Amino acid sequence: MAPPSYYMILSAVLFCIGVSGVLLRRNVLIIFMSIELMLNAVNLAFVSLSRAWGSVDGQSIVFFVMTVAAAEAAVGLGIILATFRNRATVNADEINLMRW
Amino acid sequence: MPLWLFIFLAALAIIGAAGVVLQRHPVHSLLSLVMTLVVIAVLFIGLGAATVGFLQMIVYAGAIMVLFLFVIWLLNLQSQPLEPGHLALKFLGSLGSAALIAELLLFVVHPPPAITQNRAVAMDFGSIGRLAQSLFTDYLIAFEATSVLLLVGVIGGVALARRTTAGGGGAPGGTP
Amino acid sequence: MQQLADSLIAQGMFGANPPRDLIYALFIFVFSLIVFLGIAFPFAGIVSWVERRVWARMQSRCGPNRVGPNGFLQWLADGLKHICKEDLIPADSDPALFKFAPYLVILAFTLPWAVMPFSSQLILADLNVGILYMTSVTALTVVGVLMAGWASNDKWSLIGGIRSAAQIVSYEIPAGLSIFPAVLMAGTLSMQGIIKAQGWAPWTWFAFSNPFTFIAANVLYISALAEGNRTPFDLPEAESELVAGFATEYSGMRYLFFFAAEWGNLFIIGAIITTLFLGGWQFPLISNNAVVMNVLQLITFNIKVLFLVFISVWVRGTLPRVRIDQLMSLCWKYLVPISFVDLVGTAAWIAIWPSGNSVAPWIMLALFLAIVVTFLRRVLHYFRRSKMELYLSPTI
Repeated sequence: MAPPSYYMILSAVLFCIGVSGVLLRRNVLIIFMSIELMLNAVNLAFVSLSRAWGSVDGQSIVFFVMTVAAAEAAVGLGIILATFRNRATVNADEINLMRW
Repeated sequence: MPLWLFIFLAALAIIGAAGVVLQRHPVHSLLSLVMTLVVIAVLFIGLGAATVGFLQMIVYAGAIMVLFLFVIWLLNLQSQPLEPGHLALKFLGSLGSAALIAELLLFVVHPPPAITQNRAVAMDFGSIGRLAQSLFTDYLIAFEATSVLLLVGVIGGVALARRTTAGGGGAPGGTP
Repeated sequence: MQQLADSLIAQGMFGANPPRDLIYALFIFVFSLIVFLGIAFPFAGIVSWVERRVWARMQSRCGPNRVGPNGFLQWLADGLKHICKEDLIPADSDPALFKFAPYLVILAFTLPWAVMPFSSQLILADLNVGILYMTSVTALTVVGVLMAGWASNDKWSLIGGIRSAAQIVSYEIPAGLSIFPAVLMAGTLSMQGIIKAQGWAPWTWFAFSNPFTFIAANVLYISALAEGNRTPFDLPEAESELVAGFATEYSGMRYLFFFAAEWGNLFIIGAIITTLFLGGWQFPLISNNAVVMNVLQLITFNIKVLFLVFISVWVRGTLPRVRIDQLMSLCWKYLVPISFVDLVGTAAWIAIWPSGNSVAPWIMLALFLAIVVTFLRRVLHYFRRSKMELYLSPTI
């Protein structure tokens, strides 16, 4: 049996990779995918803790995170499409009109 | 889940996650992401959360992934080199990542004692009945709020992706 | 399966102190092999022969009738031919994804067989989320089809892949929603649990238990045909427009994989509907011998499934292909609202009659028979003017 701390470590590693994806890549879509990855890393932590404590609450939270991720994907991809239509780019550095 | 199986799945998940960041082509990144998400779903099932695991497979592999692919194809994104980016941003990014990894190492060296062992759980742990009981009693308000959120998401997706400039009138929505 | 393994261990077949986990694993492996190689793949092949024969008869042709008795071995010949063909990989394709895509499709086709309830004991794994498992693993097909369409680097393949993905993702919603009336009636997601909540007689099946489930069964069948890329919804591989859709660039074994999965999926579609709405393997208890009962249940289940498979072949031989806008409007404007009404209606029905209404099944059954009789009266004209001996001798 793999102890819960192993799952926590895996979840932390996946989260770190997601963070580095957001920081290193400039393609908006890949940044978005990295955010999904981070959400899932957190989900893994929730489920492993739910198993460790023997309580279903963690799984309920995962359910909510998944619905939020779905809504976020619909709206986020809509924003990316609209931006691409106006500026013809998906590079996060070139979408800087609202920067201070 | 036996240790060797966990290590195998964890390796797959980490390879997939690294692929998301390192692959040049967005489609390859996306397929790496799908691999990671399916492996995470398998880990969920191994942890006794069967309902959530299968839902994860339906929602991510079935729906969100297709949305991403459609957008990638709609924008006709091609393979691109890893961008140089800003030096300052990279520096900040490295600092942040280093801090996270340091925290992680601390966790590896001293795992919190409360969660070194899994508690014994009932046979129906993670079944849809238990999940529904929790969702419709403790989290009822959150559940209803989520349904409103999804509705807002649908409307937002349609409104954002609609072509408002002159053109052939009824434009296809961003969501299939 | 575990019971069988346990009983064999108890009889001392594996020595005095056997390694239990290993024996379970061996059992699962052996039975998976039997199910996949002995049932799933031959079934896909035989359906391809049946379909071509039935289709040919509907179009006044002969169909394949040279290899073996009445051409029965045609599927083996086709399979051998495909295995021997050269495995072409286009120069401009994405080779790794191009090679991997058919395996993903065949994986999504084989995984559902793990929860296929052939009889009260012949099931590989009776998961307590069985039907959810089935929908989730078939969702992997989308990934394989999109991968194939994109990796071929070809316009036809890409259009076929996009069409297929849009179609599968859209029709998953009415299909998913139509599963839930039966789940509500049974109160469980397990395949065996749903079947055990029904009886052997048609008036105890969920399809006829109230008007909403009756409609839900039909909606599920239509959406399942669309998800399986079957005519009249076979736009992804519309021959007249897209050559072979997402499979255009494939040849040899990989091409065969796509079509084995498509034909084999017919059995899965039929099995889902049989399980949820048509009483599954339920057979009257006429013997206390477990083996006899299991064989009878196996036959019952297969007859129901094969009847549904025949209907889909019939539909393919009769109906023209719909346009893509018709396909989408059928899904989003008709099937999705209807299935929502079904879901709410079934829930209300259960709230009003918690232990079931005793009159409604008879009315629904009478309605169904009336539909069948009306249909037969309308086609009687053709029966009268046809050569009966052609129908009575099934082979030429």
